[in-house]
Amino acid sequence: MQLAVWTYEGPPHVGAMRVATAMEKLHYVLHAPQGDTYADLLFTMIERRGKRPPVTYTTFEARDLGKDTAQIFQDAAREAVARFNPQAIIVGASCTAELIQDDPGGLSEAMDLPCPAIALELPSYQRKENWGAAETFYQIVRNLADKNLVREPRGQGENARKARANILGPTALGFRHRDDLVEIHKILDQLGVEVNLVAPLGATPEDIKRIGAADFNIVLYPEIGDEAARWLERTFAQPAVRTVPIGVGATRSFIADVAELAGADPTPALGDTSSRMPWWSRSVDSTYLTSKRVFIFGDATHAVAAARIAREELGFEVCGLGCYNREFARDIRAEAARCGVEPLITDDHLAVEDAIAAAAPELVLGTQMERHIAKRLGLPCAVISAPVHVQDFPARHSPQMGFEGANVIFDTWVHPLVMGLEEHLLTMFREDFEFSDEAGASHHAAHSPRPMPRPAMAQAIEPAMEPAMEPAMIGAQVADLAEAPLSDIPAPAADTAQTGAFAWTDEAERELRKIPFFVRGKARRNTENYAAAEGRARIDLETLYDAKAHYAR
Amino acid sequence: MSPLATLDGCASELARADTPETAPGQNSQRPVLRERGQREVFCGLTGIIWLHRKMQDAFFLVVGSRTCAHLLQSAAGVMIFAEPRFATAIMEERDLAGMVDAQDELDRVVNRLLERRPDIRTLFLVGSCPSEVIKLDLAKAAQRLGAVHMPRVRILNYSGSGIETTFTQGEDACLSALVPVMPASAPDAAKELLIVGSLPDIVEDQFTRILAQLGIDKVGVLPARNARDLPSVGPNTRYLLAQPFLGETAMALEGRGAKRLDALFPFGAEGTTSWLRAAASEFGIDEALFDKVVAPGRERARIALSKLRPQLEGKRISFLPDSQLEVPLARFLQEELGMELVEVGTPYLHRAHLARELDLIGPQVRISEGQHVERQLDRVRADRPDITVCGLGLANPLEAEGFTTKWAIELVFSPIHGFDQAADLAELFARPLRRRDLLEV
Repeated sequence: MQLAVWTYEGPPHVGAMRVATAMEKLHYVLHAPQGDTYADLLFTMIERRGKRPPVTYTTFEARDLGKDTAQIFQDAAREAVARFNPQAIIVGASCTAELIQDDPGGLSEAMDLPCPAIALELPSYQRKENWGAAETFYQIVRNLADKNLVREPRGQGENARKARANILGPTALGFRHRDDLVEIHKILDQLGVEVNLVAPLGATPEDIKRIGAADFNIVLYPEIGDEAARWLERTFAQPAVRTVPIGVGATRSFIADVAELAGADPTPALGDTSSRMPWWSRSVDSTYLTSKRVFIFGDATHAVAAARIAREELGFEVCGLGCYNREFARDIRAEAARCGVEPLITDDHLAVEDAIAAAAPELVLGTQMERHIAKRLGLPCAVISAPVHVQDFPARHSPQMGFEGANVIFDTWVHPLVMGLEEHLLTMFREDFEFSDEAGASHHAAHSPRPMPRPAMAQAIEPAMEPAMEPAMIGAQVADLAEAPLSDIPAPAADTAQTGAFAWTDEAERELRKIPFFVRGKARRNTENYAAAEGRARIDLETLYDAKAHYAR
Repeated sequence: MSPLATLDGCASELARADTPETAPGQNSQRPVLRERGQREVFCGLTGIIWLHRKMQDAFFLVVGSRTCAHLLQSAAGVMIFAEPRFATAIMEERDLAGMVDAQDELDRVVNRLLERRPDIRTLFLVGSCPSEVIKLDLAKAAQRLGAVHMPRVRILNYSGSGIETTFTQGEDACLSALVPVMPASAPDAAKELLIVGSLPDIVEDQFTRILAQLGIDKVGVLPARNARDLPSVGPNTRYLLAQPFLGETAMALEGRGAKRLDALFPFGAEGTTSWLRAAASEFGIDEALFDKVVAPGRERARIALSKLRPQLEGKRISFLPDSQLEVPLARFLQEELGMELVEVGTPYLHRAHLARELDLIGPQVRISEGQHVERQLDRVRADRPDITVCGLGLANPLEAEGFTTKWAIELVFSPIHGFDQAADLAELFARPLRRRDLLEV
C-alpha cells in the first residue's frame, strides 16, 4: 500500500477516457461502480468542454455483485450503441470491475454488436493514466487501421504529391494540446507537408482506418503517441519524428527532421521571424536571469524540453530535474547527466518537496503540485506540465510548441521572477519600507502580503457565501470553514526559522534581514553551510561576509 | 457484520419504520418514478471533504485504489495542499495478489501516518469499492489498531464506497460509526436535545444561540467539532435531523433509545420555524416565548426572501439526483419563492424523514428516485425547465445545449440552513438566472 494525498496521474481508465473524449464517434463502455463518473467533471469543468465525455458507466451497486454484473454490462453496452450510434466502441473495466472479473472484451464479443468493440486491458493496480492513454490509443490504431492499405507513391518532379504526415498524441485534458496543434500545422504548412490525420484529438474511427496512408508520423507527445507510432513503424514502415518542438532550438531541430523526411526545404520555416524569444533573452534586462537556479519537475517530455530551454535559451542553471512517469525516466536521466544533477524519478510529492527544499532554487518549473509546493516555500513558480488546474486551460492562444510557444514560455517563466530593473531597485532600496518583506512585490503572487486578521464582527456579518475559487474545486468553499492546520513539514530555508545549532549574533541577524526576502533563505543556508565547513559555531558579521565572498559567482 | 449485510439490514428496518410514520400523510400512495441505470453521482468518499473540516482532530484514511485518491483530489481541488487530514492508502498489485498481507500493510501505513501526524486523535479507516469487493476487513483492522493506539488515537471504520453509498450518504455512514462510541447518558437524566448532521460552524452557532434563548441549554451536536468530544445519548435524548440524508445514523440513535423530533428541514423561514418549533414543543417551551425568540430571525428571512421572490416566482425547476437535499430544497423554493417544480430527483427517498416535506410538495410533482441519466436528460430536454440543478459533469454540457443550470455540490458546501442563510440559499438559484439575462455575448 502506498500512502498518498496527491497523485500526479489518475488511474489508467482515465487515460482511456482522455482518448475517447478526444475522438469523435467513438464510445467507451466502462464497467465501473457508482461514483466513477467523477472523472467526467475533469473534462466538463477543468477543460471546460461543452459536451459530456462519450462514456457510459455500468454503475453497478453492492446488491448487484455476484448476480448480474455481466448482464448489466451487456445491457449498458447495447443501450449505448443504440443511443449514440458510434463507429466503434472501446470496452474495459475500472479498478473495482477489474476485481470482479467480468471480462468486458469477451462479453461484448459475444453480443454481436453492429460496430467493432475494442477490448482494453488496463491493469489499474500497476499502471497509471498516461500508460492507459497510450495503450488505448495503440489498441484503437491496431484494431482499426486498414492493414491492406497501400501507400500511394510520392512520384517524381512535377507530378510528385506532397508528403503526408500523421500527428500522433494530442488528447483531451492534455496540457496545451489544442494550441500546440495550431503551431504544428503552421510549421507543416511552411514545409508543404499535408496532414493525413491528427489522432486521437478530433479523429473518428473511420479516420483511423487510413492512418497507413501517411509517409511518416510526428509523435508530439511520446507519453501517449509513441506506443502506436512504434506499431505503425513496423506495420506500415512509417518513420517517426520524435523531436518534441518545445523551445526555439528544439523547434529548429523539429523543422529540420520533418523537412528531411518530407524531402522539403527547411529554410522558409527556419526563417520564420515570429519568434521574439531569442531577442528578449538577449536584451539587457534579461542579464539578471544568468545562472538563476531552476528546479524542473513534470512529465518527462515537458521536463526535458524545459531543461534545455532553461540551459541553452535563458541561461539558467538547472539545479534539479525529475519526472513522475517512470516509463520515460531514461530521457530524464540523460538530460540530468547533461545538467550535472541527480535525476529525480518519483510519484511521491513529498519526495519532490524535499528535493526542492534541498536544492533551494530561485525558480520552480513544474505541475500544479509544484506550484503549491513553491507557494508554501515562498518561491516563484511557473507551470510546464500536467496535471494542471482549470486556469491552465486558458481561453487565449497559449501553445508550448513552435516559435509562438517559445514566446509564451519566455513570458510565463520570467513573469514570476522579479524583473531585472526591479530587482536592482529592490536591492538598492532594501531598507525602504515600501520594499520590505511585508509589502511584497505586486506581480509576485508567491509573496503577496498576508491579509490582516479581520475583526470577529466583520467575519460574522460577512455574507456567508463566497463563490468557489474554482468551480471544479468543490472543496474551495469549506476551506473557509476552518483554518488549515499548520503543515507538519518544516518550512526549509524560511528566513525566520533558525535551522541547525548556529548562533547568529544580533548584528549578523540584522544584516541578514537587509537582504531581499527572495534570496534571504539562500543566504542563510549558504552562510550556515559555510560556517559548518569552517567549523564556526557562531555566525557574526564577518562569517556572513566571508560566506558571501565564498559563494560569489 | 459485513457492511453489505448491515446495508441489507437497514433497508428492511427502514421499510418497517416507514409504515406507522407515513400513515398520517398520503405519501405511501404517491407515485414515485424509480429508475436504475447509469448514475451520474459521487460516491460516499466525497463526504470526507467536508467532514474533515468539521471534525478537526480527525483523520480520514481511505483504503482504496488510485481512482479513490484521484477522486478525492479532483473533489478537494485547492484544499489538497493545506496538509489536509485525509489520504488514501492505495492498494497495489502485491496487496491483491496476496504477496503481502493486506492487514500488515495497513498497519504499516497507519503507524507511519500516526507518527507523521501526532495531532490526530480519531482515525477513520474508510472503506472503498475495491476494499469492499476484496472483503478487506477494516472493522477488524480498526479494532486491532485501536487497541494498539488507544488512548491517544481512537480508530473507527465505515464505508464510503460507491457500491454502497451515494455522496452525502458518506456522512451518514461516518456518523453512524460514531453513535456506538457516544457516551451513555444517565437513564434518569433530564431530556436533552441533539442536533444531527454536520453544519457550517456559523449555522451551528446560530441554532444553538436561538435554542439557548428558548431555554434549551443542553444541546449536543453530532458530529462535534472534536470527534473525541461526543455528546452523550440515551432514552432521554431527543434529536433533530439537520440533514435529510441521515437514515442509518437515525436508526443507530434510535437503537440507543433516542427519539426523533419530526419537523421540516431547516431551510427557509418556514422550514427553520418548523424545525425549531419541534424542539420547543418537545421541551415544553411557552408559545409566547417561542414567538418572541423566533420572530426577529423569521422576519429577517421573510424580508430578505421577498427581494429575491420576483426573480424566481413562476420559474420552473428540475432537480437531478445528487445529495438527498433535493426534496426539502424543492419544498422551500415552491413554498417560499413560488417556483414551479417540474421534476425532483433524489438518489434515495427516505419516506419517513421526508413525509412532511412530501405533503407540502403535493402529488402533482414528479418525484424520481435513483437514476438512468440518459432518460432523465431526455426528460429535461422535453420539459425545458428554466433552471436545472445537476452535478458538474452535466452542468456545462446542459448549458451548451441552452439550459440554465445550478451546480448541486455548492448546496452541500455552502451555509444554507437557518433564517439568516435563507436568502443566500435563494440567491444560489437566482444567480444563474440573473447571469443568463445579463450576458450579451
